[in-house]
Amino acid sequence: MMNNYDGPAVAISGLQVVRGRRDVIPGLDLEIPAGEVVGLLGPSGSGKSTLMRCMVGVQVVQGGTVTVLGHPAGSPALRREVGYVTQSPSVYADLTVRDNVAYFARAVGLRGAELREAVDRTLVEVDLVSHADQLIRDLSGGQESRVSLAAALVGRPTLLVLDEPTVGLDPVLRRDLWELFAHLAEVGHSLVVSSHVMDEATRCDRLVLLRDGDVLADLTPAELLARTGAVDADAAFLALIDAETTGRRRAS
Amino acid sequence: MNPGLTVATAGRVLRQVRTDHRTIALIIVVPCVLLGLLAWIYNGTPVFDRIGPALLGVFPMVVMFIVTSVATLRERQSGTLERLLTTPMGKGDFMLGYAVAFGLLAIVQAVVATGFAVWVCDLDIAGPLWLLVVVAVVDAVLGTALGLLASGFARTEFQAVQFMPAFILPQFLLCGLLIPREQLPPVLEWVSNLLPLSYAVDAMKEITRNADPFAEVARDLGIVTGFIVAALALASLTLSRRSP
Repeated sequence: MMNNYDGPAVAISGLQVVRGRRDVIPGLDLEIPAGEVVGLLGPSGSGKSTLMRCMVGVQVVQGGTVTVLGHPAGSPALRREVGYVTQSPSVYADLTVRDNVAYFARAVGLRGAELREAVDRTLVEVDLVSHADQLIRDLSGGQESRVSLAAALVGRPTLLVLDEPTVGLDPVLRRDLWELFAHLAEVGHSLVVSSHVMDEATRCDRLVLLRDGDVLADLTPAELLARTGAVDADAAFLALIDAETTGRRRAS
Repeated sequence: MNPGLTVATAGRVLRQVRTDHRTIALIIVVPCVLLGLLAWIYNGTPVFDRIGPALLGVFPMVVMFIVTSVATLRERQSGTLERLLTTPMGKGDFMLGYAVAFGLLAIVQAVVATGFAVWVCDLDIAGPLWLLVVVAVVDAVLGTALGLLASGFARTEFQAVQFMPAFILPQFLLCGLLIPREQLPPVLEWVSNLLPLSYAVDAMKEITRNADPFAEVARDLGIVTGFIVAALALASLTLSRRSP
């Protein structure tokens, strides 16, 4: 399902989120361009998951606006357009792989032959064809997270919001998934993918670095390397964090 | 609300139950064992004919309450509920899906338990047998609706299971099974008038002693249905798309 909206995939302004009396996001502005794979990077606790929850409209926000494909995040018009994969797999342990994917496909309105084709295609994409009839509770953790990813991919939403989809996967599968993400972006989908594995950063079209709920940098991988003079994404990220920490110390 | 999404959810819930053979066996066999035990205890007295039908109404409610509250709590904890609510699936589709699935399961349970009570335990009733099954299914849907509501207040599975004695046992004590409701102290009789299980048991008792119980049973089932609608409406408030 593809939306013909030609503005940015996500536009956020003045976003404020408080969780348990802590300002997780104190006031964030960000624009996610359409048709690109945007990597959301940052240390643990930097607000990546919270920001993604705001984009899909499941987070209670204290202020600001989040506009997705021209609509307020979470509004009924977006229910078929946005696919969301949580960090811990959210699928039914007592259903088979195929039944899980088929149920989430029905939830977005697929039926009959279209449904079967979508499920078969998705099982190939996440490399679970040989496990299609196994119960989730009999799978490994990595396989379970691929089922969770499949449940979002099956409806081909315009915007995919994926919270650490490649954690615990082997290098071959990670490479295949990143190729799939790139392919989806080529045909017009927008993807927001969070990761804390820095070597995955180079596979994104654009990077957003978060720290303490603020955007530290919003640039392309090439710009990141050029700006920091580092040789790889890991070093570049550390250089940016260090520069910012020193900057803060000087200011205070 | 969308019938396709309700049916999809009901089908999914039944598929989940199907992989759990032990739960199916417990749902079908336990009521028969308990009915058999009671018939044996009261062997040679008229007591079983009085409380047997009432119990046929209590079992589906208790079982479906527990199963639903644990299942819904698992949906909240695993993140599947949050994820479903980001899709076109509505709260109504979700809740009715559960009600339909467990209503169908209750038909099987009620048919087996009623057959066992009548043909093995020699339960003697004046009204039509099929009406016992209808009341049992409505009771099961009541249990599902109350379970959906209770799960909104449970943070852990321990709490969800504890809600069974908290929500159900008072209704069980006051529903007229132990002593007729009109013989309760006035305050307790008044409280029992506010509890849904009282009307479910009234309907069952009416079928036992009346060859033509339709008017009474229709009134009682109307009241139970009112409780079901109210419980589902309140439960939908506990299913929010956004959380802090």
